[in-house]
Amino acid sequence: MKRTLMAVAVILTIVLLGCAGGGKGDTIKVGWFGALTGDQAVWGENEFNTVKMLFEEYNNAGGIEVGGKKYKLEAIGYDNKGDAQEAVNVVKRLTGQDKVVAILGPNASGNAIPIAPVLEQAKVPDIATVATNPKVTVLDGKVKPYNFRVCFIDPYQGAVAAGYAFDKLGATKAAILYDVSDDYSQGLREFFKINFEKKGGVIVADESFNAGDVDFRPQLSKIKAANPDIIFMPYFFKEVALSANQARELGITQVMMGGDGWPSEQLISMGGASVEGCYFVNHLDYADPAVQDYKARYLAKYGKETELNGFLVHDAVLVFVAALQKAGKANGEAIAKALEGIEVQGITGNIKISPETHNPEGKDAAILKIVNGQYVFQEKYAAQ
Amino acid sequence: MDWFYIQGILMLAGINLIAVLGLSLLTGFTGLFSFGHAGFMAIGAYLGAFMTVSPTTSPAGLGLPFAVGVIAGGAGAGIVSYFIGRITLNLKGDYFCIATLGFGEAIRLILNNVQLFGGSRGWPGVPYKSTLPAIIIVDILAVIFLANLVRSRHGRNMIAVREEELAAQIAGINVFKYKMIALVVSAVYAGVAGVFFGHYMTFIQPKMFSMTKSTELTIIVIFGGLGSISGSVLGALLLTALPEILRAFEIWRLVFYGAAVILIMISRPKGLMGGMELTPAGLRKARNERKARILALKESKNGQNGEAGLG
Repeated sequence: MKRTLMAVAVILTIVLLGCAGGGKGDTIKVGWFGALTGDQAVWGENEFNTVKMLFEEYNNAGGIEVGGKKYKLEAIGYDNKGDAQEAVNVVKRLTGQDKVVAILGPNASGNAIPIAPVLEQAKVPDIATVATNPKVTVLDGKVKPYNFRVCFIDPYQGAVAAGYAFDKLGATKAAILYDVSDDYSQGLREFFKINFEKKGGVIVADESFNAGDVDFRPQLSKIKAANPDIIFMPYFFKEVALSANQARELGITQVMMGGDGWPSEQLISMGGASVEGCYFVNHLDYADPAVQDYKARYLAKYGKETELNGFLVHDAVLVFVAALQKAGKANGEAIAKALEGIEVQGITGNIKISPETHNPEGKDAAILKIVNGQYVFQEKYAAQ
Repeated sequence: MDWFYIQGILMLAGINLIAVLGLSLLTGFTGLFSFGHAGFMAIGAYLGAFMTVSPTTSPAGLGLPFAVGVIAGGAGAGIVSYFIGRITLNLKGDYFCIATLGFGEAIRLILNNVQLFGGSRGWPGVPYKSTLPAIIIVDILAVIFLANLVRSRHGRNMIAVREEELAAQIAGINVFKYKMIALVVSAVYAGVAGVFFGHYMTFIQPKMFSMTKSTELTIIVIFGGLGSISGSVLGALLLTALPEILRAFEIWRLVFYGAAVILIMISRPKGLMGGMELTPAGLRKARNERKARILALKESKNGQNGEAGLG
């Protein structure tokens, strides 16, 4: 009996803790969600830290002026483990219980798509960071009223990679290795393939693996036999490093190319010489003067380098603040209206949210090359 | 707490409950452990979506009413389970468990590769049809059907198979047949749950039906108590809500989730309601058993004292 009572007491405490909370009149609550646990936690933590840092800076400067009154910003962040079901729960909590006026994140398309009906019911806009699937904001030709993003989309990234490989690197035969169980990888592969073939190139090998695989030699052997000019690897840094190492072991000397899943400190430490001379498409140039200030502030506050996601969530915050001021009131519906067509100079480029697609219009991709273990900017490249 | 948020959790709990009830028949009453029921949920979710998604979208569906989707999802999962059962139900104990695990993973990997349904990029545009009343009605129907099945001759035969397979066979019970019935019924339940899940999320992705989902369902059944329908109901409600209730602990919440589950399993080793039912008759029975246990405990203590006295 004592044990049962103890269990009941534990549960009650937890429930009461869960109910605690509340806000003041002069603060505006903004939600954030993403993975703070699980294999994507690196990016989630980086995003949330950036949001908290920026809000703190705004608040220390006296807050944000909205409709003639100064407001403080409060960030409410929740972990969803990178899980779609939890994403829906979390957005219901943010909009229903915490009454946030807007939500920043998530980074994963698979989490940004299912929250759309919840946002529509609650009339709260969401600004996704690196969710690059076109269907995050537009479904069957109709734009979703409350979904926005600050990054380019997969068809664009695929076109950039294919265009750069064909036009600039002079590749006519490409091989693709991709993660069939990953939505991002499958999307990027599809759009690279379409665009590369449209240019007149040939895909000589199209091989896939499954998440969790650590041995890529069978696929790489086939790719080697096909003798491509370039190998396109649209997946994340850990597998990129592993497969690149194995490719070099097998005597594959060709240039490898990837997307925005590549940049990470770990790519260089794990991949080392294997990824030397390889190219990837990125959202920004790390050496760009515009991003240095943010990088330094983040390093000073948290004692570690920011990841790619931090830059994009930084711009998502800028876009949100601009929309909040344009709307003139802390109301989700008004902010969503204000977001349409808003133009902000972000650190990742000029962001102009198109009212038709809710994507940033004309944002150029950066091509980076790995030289001596450094990401060296090549050029801003727009797909034709 | 806000109703909008609570409603969402209740809907998820209700959807999980449909699958858990089916699994309860298979694991709790027939004694077969499965780690692949997310596979049946996936079949239900994809078939259901195929029926209801509008033909103008991509990937395209048939644009039929939601009810057709529910029936198709349940039936589809049931039919697949029949063939899976034909192959695997002769396997004993752990081997069946491993076979289901393989099945669940295979379904997910196949769906990753089927571009017709969007592959691993998922299938957005599933209509939002899972309403709370609809889920509750299906839950109630599912409980009534299961309770009647378990109390029928067939249910007793399944329990006999769970308790002692060999003895059941000697007593003239067709063991294979009853295992098959339990598997097919549980798959139909999982399929229906999958349809509701897809129409709640409005987006389905093979990733959602991973082994984690299967183990989650099995954990709920064990946590609620094997061989108890009310235990499954309580388990589904509690374990679906727990990760959300624990949000106050931020990144430590999954640690507390694990700790809470362990704590409850220690205080109630047979699960919340192991072998008991929350019905008037069930409660009477539980009370009588408890009295008998206390009485027996007292007697044994007296006995020991007596012996000590003699020594």
